[in-house]
Amino acid sequence: MTHDILIAVMVLGALGILFAVVLYFVAQKFKVVEDPLIDEVAEVLPGANCGGCGKAGCRAFAEACVSQGNMEGLRCAPGGDAVAAKISALLGCAVEQGEPQVAVVRCNPANCGDKRRSNYDGLKSCAFQNTVYTGESGCPFGCLGCGDCVAACQFDAIHMDPATGTPVVDADKCTACGACAKACPRRVIELRNKGKKERRVYVSCVNKEKGAVAMKSCANACIGCGKCAKVCPMEAITVVDNLSYIDYKKCIACRKCVTECPTKAIHDVGFPAPAVKPAPKPEAPAAEKVEIPVAEKVEAKL
Amino acid sequence: MKTFRMGGVHPEENKISNDAAIEVMPVGKQMVVLMNQHLGAPATPIVQKGDKVKVGQLIGEAQTFMCANVHSPVSGTVLKIDTCKDAFGLAKPAVYINVEGDEWMETIDRTPDIKRECALEPKEIVAKLKEMGIVGLGGATFPTHIKYSVPEGKKAEYLIVNAAECEPYLTSDYRVMMEHAEEVCVGVSILRKALGVPNAYIGIESNKPQAIAKMQETAKQFEGIIIEPLKVKYPQGAEKQLINAITGRKVGSGKLPIDSGCVVSNVGSCFAVYEAIQKNKPLIENILTVTGKELPSQHNYVVRIGTTYNEIIAHSIGQLPETTGKVISGGTMMGKAVVNLEAPTVKGNSSILVMGEKEARRNPESNCIRCGKCMHACPMGLEPYLFSALVKNNRIEEAKEHNILDCIECGCCFFSCPANKPLTDEIRLGKNKVRAMMAAKK
Repeated sequence: MTHDILIAVMVLGALGILFAVVLYFVAQKFKVVEDPLIDEVAEVLPGANCGGCGKAGCRAFAEACVSQGNMEGLRCAPGGDAVAAKISALLGCAVEQGEPQVAVVRCNPANCGDKRRSNYDGLKSCAFQNTVYTGESGCPFGCLGCGDCVAACQFDAIHMDPATGTPVVDADKCTACGACAKACPRRVIELRNKGKKERRVYVSCVNKEKGAVAMKSCANACIGCGKCAKVCPMEAITVVDNLSYIDYKKCIACRKCVTECPTKAIHDVGFPAPAVKPAPKPEAPAAEKVEIPVAEKVEAKL
Repeated sequence: MKTFRMGGVHPEENKISNDAAIEVMPVGKQMVVLMNQHLGAPATPIVQKGDKVKVGQLIGEAQTFMCANVHSPVSGTVLKIDTCKDAFGLAKPAVYINVEGDEWMETIDRTPDIKRECALEPKEIVAKLKEMGIVGLGGATFPTHIKYSVPEGKKAEYLIVNAAECEPYLTSDYRVMMEHAEEVCVGVSILRKALGVPNAYIGIESNKPQAIAKMQETAKQFEGIIIEPLKVKYPQGAEKQLINAITGRKVGSGKLPIDSGCVVSNVGSCFAVYEAIQKNKPLIENILTVTGKELPSQHNYVVRIGTTYNEIIAHSIGQLPETTGKVISGGTMMGKAVVNLEAPTVKGNSSILVMGEKEARRNPESNCIRCGKCMHACPMGLEPYLFSALVKNNRIEEAKEHNILDCIECGCCFFSCPANKPLTDEIRLGKNKVRAMMAAKK
């Protein structure tokens, strides 16, 4: 009886030792050496896994940082400069200072809302509506208003304005991860530099139609007249495909283009509110200017 | 009576314009002819500003494989070549023509006599279909010449003509059968010859007994045309369902009808084929139903392609009723709402359906209760409720594995859903995402 127990203990014990030895050598052979630095870097990151850096998630970003050894070309938008400084300290490299950015909705909501040309009652998805037709506003380039961007934002930084039916970005919460820009099927949202004192000037339109057609779509559309480009002292404005674009790297936020624009398609954000008095003056010439370029274009075409 | 095996629904038929004979719509002052009126790439305009064109003259040439020729529906001067917004507000390349008189190409035979004999060889028939810009008029506007160029290694055994007209409201195919039965039969004989098949089957739903009787009587004079009365069930007119109903065969996932030895054409296309082959008349006209419960009168028209929706509405009913909710191009099941009534009609437009506010409104959506009605209704044997969940959660790979691309977008799932979930919309979005994913992988 004791003999049987002894045999069983010895066999199992011998097997256990054998497997332990095998496992030891296998573990040695296939050991994955992971830099402990990766864990440290991952610890510093916000952990939102937003994908704004272009990597699969925060850990993938940390791996990329450590394998590269510096932060060149790598930037965690939600973390901003603070996180960049911490990672640089861990890696022991120079701090890469990036210009803080923010998402900007480049569609002028002034004309939407009550001026809808159709009522969309299909699936509440911009991606789907984009495949069906132009959208409620009638503009084939503009915001569709179903809120794909709102659903994509992980930071609660973009919301639909019920009055206009277009999204509004909360600049304080926005981390410029770019998820909304990717979610927008019409590429209306763009990441732009926040600018000095958070002052920004941008063309709030992405309509590439010819002037007269664009005007039919929306009274505040960019008609590609090029007046802004002429008045810009920094040559920051280019007009391509009947659409003006302000290069935020060159723009000094002088706002000359804002007053020049006949359709008020150029928006300025973050500037102190203008004094109440001169309100009627810029409006009168602006109204005239609305007519002139459009009329010219119509005649030229016919 | 025959019908397809799986799924299907029976919406209210509403064929209220059945008895309205086909009238001729007058030609407007200006015509806008879009260059992509068919499935595939747009045709290339071959006329220039100031050119004089005649009715039936080639103005847009097919330069790629998946493309069809476009002909002038009117005579006059080319005003400009520009873009024009289509019925859904999207800009498309177009030729603007100022109408002057009504001068037809000399080659077109405009006599009313019916010409039965066709001396052309099968290959010549296909070439002529291509030249005349014939496309499928059942809805998809697939270029007909491609359908009848059977690829090597495959063999057509059946020619099936879709005269089911299973969509509610539409009556244009019915009117074609009632008024042009003989021409349709000649067209079918020509297509039969082009394919080299012994028999052609014309499937007609049993809610059109007069059309069945008329076609049966006419088909007696022709060899190899068999009329198949079908049980009323939507979507009987869909290619794969019609093949299943008539031959009992099944077209596999991702396969084309020709893989099952079948070629399907619409009855309207057969009439167009007759006119193209026997009368040298390109596809420049549509037969179009103007209908709606709230309209004072119901109409069927033969309309030159390029006439705007507004012109048709003005001529037929004066103006839209105040209670109009939607104007739909097509039927209630697969039609699309028109947002731009200034847009010109294109090849394949079969109806202008005016719906009242109440009829057009979608009911509020609620949550899926997993009742499985959409599965029972799906004629392709798919699981719409599952796609809805997968697409919402962006699980595109799985949606593809469950054959989302087999969906024919017939709308049966949405029609049958007690929770009013826009299932068809969700599946269409899913299909787009799957295609984008596949394109990205390539």
